[in-house]
Amino acid sequence: MYTYTEFDAAFVAERNRQFRAQVARRVDGSLTEDEFKPLRLMNGLYLQLHAYMLRVAIPYGTLGSHQMRQLAMIAERWDKGYGHFTTRQNIQYNWPKLADVPDILDALGEVQMHAIQTSGNTIRNVTADHFAGAAADEVADPRPIAELIRQWSTDHPEFQALPRKFKVAVTGSPMDRAVTLAHDIGLRIVRRGDDIGYQVLVGGGLGRTPMIGKVLHDFLPEEDLLPYLEAVVSVWNTIGRRDNKFKSRIKITVHEHGIEDIKARVDARYALIRPLFTGIDQQMLGAIRADFAPPAFRIAAIDAYEAARAADPVFRAWADTNLAQHRAPGYAIVSISLKAHGETPGDATADQMRVMADLAERYGHDELRISHEQNVILPHVHKSDLPAVHAALRKARLATANIGLISDIIACPGMDYCALATARSIPIAQEIATRFDALKLEHEIGEMKIKISGCINACGHHHVGHIGILGLDRAGVESYQITIGGDGGPDAQLGDRTGPGFGADDIVPAIETIMLAYLDLRNGPSETFLAAYRRVGMDPFKLALYGDAEAAKAAKRKTGSHVPA
Amino acid sequence: MPREFTPKVITANALMQGDVVYLADNDQWTRHLEDAAILTDEADAALRLLLAQARSAEVVGVYLADVTAEGGTPAPTHFREDFRRTGPSNYFHGKQAEAR
Repeated sequence: MYTYTEFDAAFVAERNRQFRAQVARRVDGSLTEDEFKPLRLMNGLYLQLHAYMLRVAIPYGTLGSHQMRQLAMIAERWDKGYGHFTTRQNIQYNWPKLADVPDILDALGEVQMHAIQTSGNTIRNVTADHFAGAAADEVADPRPIAELIRQWSTDHPEFQALPRKFKVAVTGSPMDRAVTLAHDIGLRIVRRGDDIGYQVLVGGGLGRTPMIGKVLHDFLPEEDLLPYLEAVVSVWNTIGRRDNKFKSRIKITVHEHGIEDIKARVDARYALIRPLFTGIDQQMLGAIRADFAPPAFRIAAIDAYEAARAADPVFRAWADTNLAQHRAPGYAIVSISLKAHGETPGDATADQMRVMADLAERYGHDELRISHEQNVILPHVHKSDLPAVHAALRKARLATANIGLISDIIACPGMDYCALATARSIPIAQEIATRFDALKLEHEIGEMKIKISGCINACGHHHVGHIGILGLDRAGVESYQITIGGDGGPDAQLGDRTGPGFGADDIVPAIETIMLAYLDLRNGPSETFLAAYRRVGMDPFKLALYGDAEAAKAAKRKTGSHVPA
Repeated sequence: MPREFTPKVITANALMQGDVVYLADNDQWTRHLEDAAILTDEADAALRLLLAQARSAEVVGVYLADVTAEGGTPAPTHFREDFRRTGPSNYFHGKQAEAR
C-alpha cells in the first residue's frame, strides 16, 4: 500500500493547520459564512439536515487495518459510534461538531488520511475497482495510476475552481466494477498484444441528465496519461459552462460540442502541454507501483475450507455468495456485507470496523477495501482461513450472505440526513431487504442490483440499477419512481422508467410485483432479471404494475426511451 | 390578488453544533419547534428574517418554514421540516433523542 512521503505528510498537516485557523476565524466573526463555506467544502465538511457531515476520502477504496481502527476511534470519540460508507468509496460521519473537526482531521492525518477535495468544484476522490490487485480477471492493478492521479489532482493550481465537481474512476479489469462509464472520466486498463494502455472514457455521469461515457481515446500509452488527463480537464475548465449549474458538468460540454470537437480541442491542448511532462511523473509512478507490490501469498492446503463447506450449510451459503475468485491459488476475495437485513446500507459501527480491521490484520495481509456498492472487502484471504473469518464475522453481525442479491442495495443517505434530498432512501432499502428476507425469495431471484437515490442527483446510482428507485417530492408527499433494466457494468446502460411513481407505502409492494412477474416469465433460474428484461422488454412489467390501461398506453407510445430525470 | 400569507417560523442550523434551531418569541434560538415564534404577518416575518440572517455568529442558513398554528402550537406542513424537528428515521438520534 502507498505510504505518505514527507511531502504528503507535511502537505496534509499544513492544510489541517490552515483549516483549524479558518474555523477559528469563522467562530470569531472574521470570516462570514459565504467566505467560510467554500473553505469547509474543500475540506469535506458539509452542513446537512440535522448536523455537520464530514466526508473522508478513502483513495481508490484502499485501507490498512490501522486506518480502519482510526476511523472507528473517530466514530466513537467525535460521532455517534458509526460511519457510513458511500458509493464513492468515502466514509461519512453524520454528527461532528464544528469545533471538533480540526481535531478529527489531525487524527486522520496521523494515519495518512484526509478529507481534502471530497467536496467542492474540484477533482474528487479517485475511485477504483474494489477487487484491484486481487481479481482473477484483472489486466493490471489500477491503484498505482489512481494514486498518481490523486497526487496530481490534489491542490492542482489550475483545477481548484472548476465549473463543477469532477469524478475519475479507474478499472484494471474488463469486468469494470468501478462504473467507469458513469464518470466524468473513466479509465480502463486494456491489453493489446503485449502492450498495456488506457482506454479513456469521457462525459459519463448520472444525476439529472444521465449520460453514458464516450470513448475519447482508445489506447493511450501510460506515459501520456497524465498530460492527457490534464488536457481534458483544462479544455473543460475553459469551455465548460459556468452560467448554469445544471449544464456545467463535462457530460454536457461533450454533449453540446460533440465528441469530435472535444477530441480536437484536447489534442491541441495536449500538444501544447505534453513537453512540460518530462518524465518525473513516470519516476513517481514507478515508486508508487513498488508500494502496491502484491503481498507474499502463501501456499497451503485448503482442506479445512472444503471440510467446513461440507459440514456447515451456513458457511457454504456465505461462501457461495460472498466470495470472488482471487488471482492467487488457494486465495479468495471476501466481500463483507454491510447490508444485514433491516440495517442501513453502508453503515458500520465502531466495533464492526475494529472486527474487520482485526481480520484484515490477522488473515488478510492487512488490507481492506470499500466498494462503491457500500460493502467492505478483504481482498486477500487464504481459503484455509475462511472458516475462522466467517465465524468472527458472524459474531459481529457481518456475515450476511447476500452479496449481489436483492437485499444488497445501494442507498444514498436520502432525506434522513441529506439537505439536498427530496425523499428518504434508507427506510425503503430496509423494507425491501426485510420483505424479501421474510418471503425467502432472495436466493430464488438471484442476481439483482437495486439502487436507490433520494433525489435526482443520483448518489445512489439509480439509473444503473437493475431496478432503480428515485425518491421525489410530489406535492409535499414522498413519491418513488421506478426504472428497470439499468446496468453499471462494462456495457453500462441507463434504466427505463416503468411509468407513474408510487407512494412510500406502495413502493415495496411494487418491487415485489416486479419480482413476481420476473419469476413467472423467466426461462429458468439461469436467466437473470436483467437478461429477462432485455428479452421481454417493458410491457409485461408495466402490465403487472399498472394493469391493462397503462400497458395499453405504453404499447401505443412505444416506450423504451431513457428517463430524462 | 397576492397570495395569502400562511404562518411561518424562522429556522436555521446552529453554527457550532450544526443542529436545527428555531427563533422564539424572545428572539433567542430554541432547539424545539413547539417553542418557536409563529409569524403571521408578512412584513413582520420579512423583517425578523433579515435580523435573524444577520446573526451569522450563531446560525447558518436562516429561512422561513411553513407551519400550521392550530392551538397556537407550530407544526410542520412538509415532511422535510418534520424530519428536521425529529431526526433520522433509521436511528434514534438527533432531536428525538434529546431530552427536553
